[in-house]
Amino acid sequence: MAEELNRLILKFQNKDTVAFEKLYGMYAENICGVINGIIKNPERSQELCQDVFVRIWEKSAAYNPSKGRFFTWILNIARNMAIDELRSKSHKNQKQNLNTTTFVDIVTGSDNLDNAMDTIGLESLLKGLKEKCILLIDLLYFKGYTQKEAAEALEKPLGTIKTRLRACISKLRKQLKQ
Amino acid sequence: MDIEKYIASGILELYVAGALSDAENIDIQAYADAHPEIQQEIEAIEAAILQLTKSTSPGMPNTAFEVIKKRSNPDVVSLTTKKPVFTYLGWAASLLFAAGMLWMYLEKDKLSTSIQLVEEERQTLEEQLDGLKETLADKEQTERILQELRSKEIEVVALGGQNVAPTSYAKVYWNKKERKVYVDGKGLPEPPEGYDYQVWSLTLQPLTPTSIGVLSNFKGNSTHIFELKNDNTSEAFGITLEPKGGSETPNLEQLYTLGTVGP
Repeated sequence: MAEELNRLILKFQNKDTVAFEKLYGMYAENICGVINGIIKNPERSQELCQDVFVRIWEKSAAYNPSKGRFFTWILNIARNMAIDELRSKSHKNQKQNLNTTTFVDIVTGSDNLDNAMDTIGLESLLKGLKEKCILLIDLLYFKGYTQKEAAEALEKPLGTIKTRLRACISKLRKQLKQ
Repeated sequence: MDIEKYIASGILELYVAGALSDAENIDIQAYADAHPEIQQEIEAIEAAILQLTKSTSPGMPNTAFEVIKKRSNPDVVSLTTKKPVFTYLGWAASLLFAAGMLWMYLEKDKLSTSIQLVEEERQTLEEQLDGLKETLADKEQTERILQELRSKEIEVVALGGQNVAPTSYAKVYWNKKERKVYVDGKGLPEPPEGYDYQVWSLTLQPLTPTSIGVLSNFKGNSTHIFELKNDNTSEAFGITLEPKGGSETPNLEQLYTLGTVGP
């Protein structure tokens, strides 16, 4: 499976639009979800998600597999664009602050989405997850904090961040298996 | 290395989040290549994060990838470049507007300057016209006086300088029929500030002075010829310097000129 993904990425880097479309199919919703988790604006998130994919197509050569996962690479690009968007003029009037909200604060309630895409809803996913876990996941996966930045933001030692994250993600994985 | 302990440390979660340094990432990728358990664990963590992030997506429209493909094709004008063009258009329009306003302002300024110049010119012309009118009026007046003085009815009385001003002189042209005199004060010095010359008609036996008027605005009268009424049977005329507006009786110490009417 890992090799199959690597081949796909290689084709994509060689400007194969079929491979590009496959990768889009694999990650588009995740990227859109990450952006929405940051800017909390569904329509704008869809537009920005398109921008992200245009960007990764243009910059495909910049991805280096030895330095991280492909998903992590596009996740990083998406987060930066979303945070830029949040800091840009178009969002200044909205009372959204990067530091006071988490991905949980998105406008939820579209049940048909869960049905249509065969995914588990956010609420049921986070059931049983502690507030400090949500905060940590938000900082590290949505807002793109480094381990050090997260440690400073939460006023915890670096090691605590690591072990707590392990515990939180394990809990999330258990939730997914049910 | 203790793989289980390594996995349990939580470093792989950080790896998927992209929260580690380049050096750490390279190490982990190397471990993953060497140990399938680590690779599997990474994929499992990523799968959980994919599930989580998918759940916060509002859903991408079905047509989205077509749009992305079009925008990624350099032959088609990209939407990202279109937006700035419109932004610049707005700026260009406002710049043009500002330039237009500035031009209008400068034009308006030019016009007001022109209007001001024309107004100044008009004023100068008006002043010149007034001057001409005055000259003409003076000329007419002089002409009229000259005619009067040439009349045969006129009796001329020369007034000579007295002690106060021996070099001064004056002439009185007396039209007995019309009962008026023209006093030519050209030979009198300019009166000091606050004083006027006053003309007196005199009868000699006994000496009785009667005022026939003041040479008012001496300085302003360029001909220094003054027209005064005289109902008296004068035997002599005298001119004294009196406080402005004249006096009841003459101050003989300030008698400038005096002359008797001929037989």
